[in-house]
Amino acid sequence: MVTLADLKISEVKLSEEHVGKWGMVIDQDICTGCQACVAACAMENNIPFVGEEDSGYGRSMHWIRIERFWEGEYPEVKMTPNQPMLCQQCGSAPCEPVCPAFATVHSQAEKLNLQVYNRCIGTRYCANNCPYQVRSFNWRDYERPEPLPNQLNPDVTVRRRGIMEKCTFCIQRILNAQDKAKAEGREIMDGEFTTACAQACPANAITFGRMDDPESLVSQLAKRSHGVKHLEELGTLPNVTYFKGG
Amino acid sequence: MAEHNKHTDHAEAHFREKHLMLDPLPRGQMNEMVMESMHTTSWKFWVVFAGLSVVVAYGLFYSWGVMIAEGLGVAGVNRPSYWGIFLVNTVFWIGISHAGTFISAILRVFKAEFRRPFTRAAELMTTFGLIQAGFSILMHMGRVWLSYWLMPYPNQRMLWPNLHSPLTWDLLAITTYLLSSTMYLFLPLIPDVAMARDRSSGWRKTFYKILALGFRGTEGEWTHLRNAMNIFAFAIIPVMFSVHTIVSWDFAAATRPGWNSTIFGPYFVVGALHSGMGAVVMVLVVVRGTMKNMKYFIRPEHFEAIGRLMLIISMTWAYFFFNDYMVQWYGGDKWTKQLLHFHEAGPMGWMWFVMLIFNVAIPWAVLWNARWRATPWIVFSVGLLINVGMWFERYIIIPVSLSINRMPFTWRLYQPGIEIPLGIGTLAFFILLYMTASKLIPLIPVWEVQEGQMAHELKKFGRETVVTVSELE
Repeated sequence: MVTLADLKISEVKLSEEHVGKWGMVIDQDICTGCQACVAACAMENNIPFVGEEDSGYGRSMHWIRIERFWEGEYPEVKMTPNQPMLCQQCGSAPCEPVCPAFATVHSQAEKLNLQVYNRCIGTRYCANNCPYQVRSFNWRDYERPEPLPNQLNPDVTVRRRGIMEKCTFCIQRILNAQDKAKAEGREIMDGEFTTACAQACPANAITFGRMDDPESLVSQLAKRSHGVKHLEELGTLPNVTYFKGG
Repeated sequence: MAEHNKHTDHAEAHFREKHLMLDPLPRGQMNEMVMESMHTTSWKFWVVFAGLSVVVAYGLFYSWGVMIAEGLGVAGVNRPSYWGIFLVNTVFWIGISHAGTFISAILRVFKAEFRRPFTRAAELMTTFGLIQAGFSILMHMGRVWLSYWLMPYPNQRMLWPNLHSPLTWDLLAITTYLLSSTMYLFLPLIPDVAMARDRSSGWRKTFYKILALGFRGTEGEWTHLRNAMNIFAFAIIPVMFSVHTIVSWDFAAATRPGWNSTIFGPYFVVGALHSGMGAVVMVLVVVRGTMKNMKYFIRPEHFEAIGRLMLIISMTWAYFFFNDYMVQWYGGDKWTKQLLHFHEAGPMGWMWFVMLIFNVAIPWAVLWNARWRATPWIVFSVGLLINVGMWFERYIIIPVSLSINRMPFTWRLYQPGIEIPLGIGTLAFFILLYMTASKLIPLIPVWEVQEGQMAHELKKFGRETVVTVSELE
């Protein structure tokens, strides 16, 4: 007979299996909402600018966005802390099983959710099934007037119309750092590199690093008691921890 | 005595006038009537045909070409409504296609005699409706030129479709349904095209000769044909149920509030039959009104019978709607509650009420009356309203429900763009295919009508005139 205790054990096992290799901690209390992370992410990852009209219609393609909320009616408006929202790199991601073409896959080595651009056929099921709504779709081939093409990041694919994309935790930086560490015959050091958003954040609200290293800053921070994970109740096992009101 | 005879004659005449099965014509004459209906085309036909061709060329092919070249930005889909009218139309057309199988397979299995003259008209709807569903789902894809990646074809890199994805199940189910329903359309057609082959000349003769596969009407051929039709009739029923259940899983298997509902399978199947029966009635009214000799084959008794089915299906749909709503509301999930409130009180709330009026209130108010439901224009109007209502139902389930999610920052309404000409294009293409088919293949399954008429007899027991049906098979 299966007892409740057995079930709990298997639950723990499941979450251990899905524990991420890379993680992020975002401190909403010190986030100023300056959007530097949004700009840095767009520069790093060759994200096109969609223009005012499309952006106003919900077609902006940023991989990270600053969610701004307020409470009450004008003029008694109280701002709540800004909420940077990006792909949570779920351990059990709802976007993955629904793709009919295996374009949305889980990397076994990096424990990240990957989007295979050249396999994507644009059914947009993954975006519908993402509870965080952080996937962006290439609605058109957006224009990149001169001299903007000169600042394209050569490490990142330029995507075309009709495919889905999303935050990769700057996987190109992860791989670069790994290659360098391997060439020098060592492990990656904590703080050796970080994602574009964390690098650009003037308030240091974003911390990125290895979750499988208990000594790293990000794992130390993530252990703090007031850290929360968004929509954890859905069983997505997200790898981004938020601090709010701490 | 004379008085009594007069009474029975009157009763007989009444039966004959009312029921096609009791009003037999000589076989040769009936065959000629059907052939004539195929050959006769008035100038009106060609005007409508040309008009629809223009609509298809612009709405379907030109607009689609623009969308392929420009990207899905020309459509109305956005974040969070990643799915819009394309998916609404896909579900709608698959729904339309269900009526054909329902009528020809389920009613055939249950030996419902009134089905005989319009099984083919309904089966054609299945095949043509599925073609439109296929178009709609292809339009919806971001990179349609790579849609063959959904097929499990052998390739160097051993890349296969993801069998975890409901979309893959969908593709398999719809393909199975399209193939089997086309075969099931073809089987009962063989004796009729053989009949047409023997009565035509020129290119039509060649065309029917190919289609008839050399059918001569021998005992052995009939036995094989009957066996095949029997197997298909039984086998296609579970396929029909599974197709719309699987379509519903596209939604029910997702983590969205409002979609994640266990009742969606049967709810979608009943919804499909609801719109499908409405569409069958509309097609029959148009066929009866515009094609030659059709008033003999399609009679008020048929509208009466379909109207009764429509009423029952409307009641079943209302039950499932209530059930779905009730369980979701009772569940008390805060996002689902918000969504249910958004459905009826949000900016698209009018659609929710119109849906209930068209799908439930009007059918119930009209179809209970046998005389009303036997009147062609009345059932036509009810069928049209049901189809509008069912289209709204899918619209509410897809783009309206997608407007709300667990991330309030992204909430946004959906406004259709190029979906509108594309949707009208699929509708025009459906009608165009149907019009073409009505001139190429016998729309009435003549042999089935004749078989039914042979089985039916009027017998006198004492003073009463009674209808008897004998078992033929």
